[in-house]
Amino acid sequence: MGALAVVLITFFWLAVGVVGPFVLPKRIHDRGLIRVMLVLTAVCCYMFWLVGYMCQLHPLWGPRFNPKVLVAMRREWE
Amino acid sequence: MGTLFRSQEMALCQFFLQSEAAYCCTAELGEIGAAQFRDLNKDINAFQRKFVNEIRRCDDMERILRFLEKECQKEKVPVLRLGENPMAPMPRELVDLESTLEKLEREIKEVNVNFEALKRSNLELLEMKYVLKKAQQTFELDGMAVLNPESKSDTELLGTGHDATQVHRGVHISFLAGTIPLIKVEAFERLIWRISRGTVLLRTSNIEFPLEDPATGDEILKATFFAFFQGDTLRVKIRKVCEAFRATIYPVPDSPAEIREMSIQVMTRLEDLKTLIGHTQQHRHMVLLASAKNLDLWEIKVQKIEAVYALMNCFNIDTTQRCFIGEAWVPHQDMEAIRLGLLRGSEKAECSVPSFITPIKTAETPPTYHKTNKFTSGFQAIVDAYGVSTYREVNPAPFTVITFPFLFAVMFGDAGHGFIMACLAGLLLWKEKAIMAKRDKGEIATTIFGGRYIIFLMGLFSIYTGLIYNDIFSKSFNIFGSRWYPRTSIYNLTMEADKLAGATFQLDPTPNALLGSDYRYEGRYSIGGPYPFGLDPAWAMSSNKINFINSYKMKMSVIFGVFHMAFGIVLSCFNHTYFKRRVNIICEFIPQMIFLMCMFGYLVILIFYKWTKFDASTSGCSPSLLIGLINMFLMKNEPNPKNQDGTECHMFKFYNSQESLEKALVVVAVLCFPWMLLSKPLYQRWRQGRVAYSTVRAAGSDTESVESGQSRSPTSVPDEGGHGDGHNEGFADVMIYQGIHTIEFCLGIISNTASYLRLWALSLAHSQLSEVLWNMALRKGFMMNNIGGAIVLFTIFAWWACATFGILICMEGMSAFLHALRLHWVEFQNKFYQGTGHAFEPFDFKKTHSTARLDQD
Repeated sequence: MGALAVVLITFFWLAVGVVGPFVLPKRIHDRGLIRVMLVLTAVCCYMFWLVGYMCQLHPLWGPRFNPKVLVAMRREWE
Repeated sequence: MGTLFRSQEMALCQFFLQSEAAYCCTAELGEIGAAQFRDLNKDINAFQRKFVNEIRRCDDMERILRFLEKECQKEKVPVLRLGENPMAPMPRELVDLESTLEKLEREIKEVNVNFEALKRSNLELLEMKYVLKKAQQTFELDGMAVLNPESKSDTELLGTGHDATQVHRGVHISFLAGTIPLIKVEAFERLIWRISRGTVLLRTSNIEFPLEDPATGDEILKATFFAFFQGDTLRVKIRKVCEAFRATIYPVPDSPAEIREMSIQVMTRLEDLKTLIGHTQQHRHMVLLASAKNLDLWEIKVQKIEAVYALMNCFNIDTTQRCFIGEAWVPHQDMEAIRLGLLRGSEKAECSVPSFITPIKTAETPPTYHKTNKFTSGFQAIVDAYGVSTYREVNPAPFTVITFPFLFAVMFGDAGHGFIMACLAGLLLWKEKAIMAKRDKGEIATTIFGGRYIIFLMGLFSIYTGLIYNDIFSKSFNIFGSRWYPRTSIYNLTMEADKLAGATFQLDPTPNALLGSDYRYEGRYSIGGPYPFGLDPAWAMSSNKINFINSYKMKMSVIFGVFHMAFGIVLSCFNHTYFKRRVNIICEFIPQMIFLMCMFGYLVILIFYKWTKFDASTSGCSPSLLIGLINMFLMKNEPNPKNQDGTECHMFKFYNSQESLEKALVVVAVLCFPWMLLSKPLYQRWRQGRVAYSTVRAAGSDTESVESGQSRSPTSVPDEGGHGDGHNEGFADVMIYQGIHTIEFCLGIISNTASYLRLWALSLAHSQLSEVLWNMALRKGFMMNNIGGAIVLFTIFAWWACATFGILICMEGMSAFLHALRLHWVEFQNKFYQGTGHAFEPFDFKKTHSTARLDQD
């Protein structure tokens, strides 16, 4: 269910972290450094998003609200 | 990554410079800035070195330049600083420069002296003018009454004009006139009264306009005084008192005609003097203006000359071959550039015999040189602050470029604050060139400017983590539609108001519940699944938000900690491979990795497993990972309790073969300890035994082959050095070292993983602070709904903005910076970093120039 978000984001960071280092033009002087930066950024940011996504996949318990907030949620967010 | 991954390869080279070309070649070397010279004349006193005279002359010139600069500042003549970089002048230009500077100094000193003399006479004339004016008033108005109340004719007294003394009825009345500083007037009056026993009449009056002191340029208030007395003894006494009080006495005639004449003379002289002073000032200004144009260039040239001579003092002089010999560390990459520089220098000096360099072999450890640009220099600086990396070991800086701002952002975690931080750093980047040209910015500003790229990346990553934490100035965005919708009708929201007050309702995400779940996998833009990017915005308004966020952030911290530390261990493997310490790979790298993975790698896998396999329908039965980990080590296998409907409640065992797998992991982890502790010392001992055996067996050939095989490995390999001893002491040392290392690692794994929990702690603190600021400050500003409310909101916003910047961005920013730095220095780098090198300090004109500027300021 809802694979769109996972697919999009995974492919985005794959493009940055796996494809990017190969696609980077050879004439850049700091090519090695930029490749390291791309890979590390992709790994860190993807992991961070993944942890945030997975902890909400099957939440074990829900948020607790003031009744006013509940009424507002029902009205505004649907 | 080639240049930054390891430090540059260095070679110790000997420089042979011909005497004629030595100066020019050294100047060229200074321009290139790629060689660190050693002082070959360390035992010679500074005053006995060859070029001490030249350095003294340079110091003299610097003194003159400082004097000129001060004069320019006094005259408010702006010194041109175009940031040019002139070449070091030839020695013959040095003489010209010296004479020019000396001439300038003499000229300006002369002008200053003249100016002061002119000002002094100006002051005297001015004072004279005031005294004369006062005298005119005194004598014309009431002089008659003072001096001779009984005289009837006014010409009697004032008519003679010969002498200051008047003879009338045998009474000689004389007077003295002058000026005295205003502050001393009272004391002066008192003293005159006392010494004259009241027989002297003293008249003082203030001069309205302050006068300029010629020496200091300050403004002084003075007063004129007239002392009327009889007799010469009193005159002498009064003169003495005037000397003591530094009052100046002016010769004032007593006839009004003479006074008028003198006044006119004084006036004309004053006019002349004024024009003269004007001319002198203009001349001085012109001279200073002319010198100000070249001041910067001269300063740089003199600094370069001095640096060149200071370096040439470090050379050995080989008089037989008429050449200078120097030793320097040179990076392999820059050898060609230096050769070309020496060629250029020889050409400039028109010397036919070339100067050259040759590499020499040495067992010393070369200095560590990292070639950085303006982007990486900041990151290299924060790595070097802990310790300069050992020669040719893996440099953590290229990885720190991303991991440091990222870990900062995990702790900072607010998109709004991150945006402000990125904007401020972006401003620094935009105005980079202008700010770099400024001279003294102060230490804090220089530090912040030096870290502008770091701060910019920190801000960008903070925007990302802030969007995932869904925290923008403590508010959340609902972009993709919240998955929490209070659907169930058991929330009886139609209760009376008084029963509802204080009540809270908790949403229930149990899927497929009879009455419908409060958690749905759909939202806006038909993106299914949980909230696709970041934390669901419903949590922001809930009262139990912190419970959920704690669980999320703690697990996230442990996951990132394990990954970061595993990365550090992998880097140590790179070091082992490069330095050809294969024994370390088997005896240290593999057991370390297995130990980490068995304990905390397993925990990370469990975290991910629990997130996927358990949901709200079994939430009462979900295992506690922490207790599970503890039970794993205690090898305690509690049976699962049974649910009400007979199914098993997976609180302790939640997958098949869990017991056996966990037992195996614990056994393997425990076995890694003696593996790390004993394998390497025992292996080395065994090898020493073999070497000694073969030395005994075959005299010469075998040992040579074994020893030469050892020496082929690169320099600075402290572990292999123990081979040469082959005694018991070597073994004991290695055992102790290995024991300390192993215990530090094993205990460190647990404490370091816990240390990564600061990622959770700081982000919690930051979000709570910003929430408090919203609740206590800005929210109150929205409460009034009229014009008064607008003014209140305006004021409160100012206060909220200042607190946000000062507390949340600056203070919390510094705090997160520090903790991210600590995580890198301690938890990450103690897995692989030695940090025992010394930095490369080349002979570079740019560096001498900037340090000289710092000293001046």
